[in-house]
Amino acid sequence: MEFTAEVYVTLKPSILDPQGSAVGSTLSDLGYTEIHEVRVGKYLTLNFEAQDQERAQQQLNELCQRILSNPVIEDYRFKVVEVGR
Amino acid sequence: MKCGVVVFPGSNCDHDCLYALGQIPNATAAPVWHESTDLSGLDCVILPGGFSYGDYLRSGSLASHSPVMQAVRRFAASGGFVLGVCNGWQVLLEAGMLPGAMLPNRSLKFRCRYVTLRVDNVHTPFTTQYSEGQLIQLPIAHGEGNYWIDDAGLRRLQSNGQIVFTYADRDGTASSEANPNGSIANIAGICSPEGNILGMMPHPERAVESILGSVDGAAVFASVQAFTQCKSRVHHAIQGGTH
Repeated sequence: MEFTAEVYVTLKPSILDPQGSAVGSTLSDLGYTEIHEVRVGKYLTLNFEAQDQERAQQQLNELCQRILSNPVIEDYRFKVVEVGR
Repeated sequence: MKCGVVVFPGSNCDHDCLYALGQIPNATAAPVWHESTDLSGLDCVILPGGFSYGDYLRSGSLASHSPVMQAVRRFAASGGFVLGVCNGWQVLLEAGMLPGAMLPNRSLKFRCRYVTLRVDNVHTPFTTQYSEGQLIQLPIAHGEGNYWIDDAGLRRLQSNGQIVFTYADRDGTASSEANPNGSIANIAGICSPEGNILGMMPHPERAVESILGSVDGAAVFASVQAFTQCKSRVHHAIQGGTH
């Protein structure tokens, strides 16, 4: 079965995000003073094959743990959707 | 001493490392391609600075899964000396061979200048030629040198003496003004608990000639050379004793 996955990788809340802070202060300079916090993360899409939804999830988990995120400083979440042929 | 300098696509300090090692008496150095898995006969492997695999995804992350790194892992586990400089340290962190992680500099600026470092541990194979607390000048050149580790990890580094280099003032104080990137506890370099793996942001290979501003980096390479020579003498003595 063919799957598509959307993966979001973000810095853990306890980790300072200088990039997000810089974007936040520019927004505030532009007058968007209601914005309290900006965090910058990564968004990845993957197309792949797996036997079923459960294995697709397992596969994604492994990829996120090993390569797509750095578990020391980052969290990840993903959505796996089966794609019709 | 035989050294291998790993060349990843995007490494750009490999030739500087080969050149620096060429200045050390009784040391030979050769490049090792990132697809190679043969490190036989080497005493020391250096992961040089640069932008391995374009630093895509995260600095050092893709390089940490390259074929040569499987061999470097085995090499280190069997006691081989491994030095990661700048991007090389990022690779070692991503490979899990040293603890913690690297974040973008707190200033978000790429820092390219000389810094003062305090040598905190002179008992590693890379630092025996320094004196404890010695202040040295080495250049840095990085956008992501903001070392981070959790509180428990930091305490472990401190109690094990794994902090080898610290960004410091000219009087040796680890002040926030002396910290070029926001690194936790002003850490500039750490080693493994056994001491045979060292990761550092500053570039010792760029400070081996006075014409370039500093010769303070040469002692890193001279230390490994001396340590290797000493190790092989002990090895021969032990082997001789068993016959």
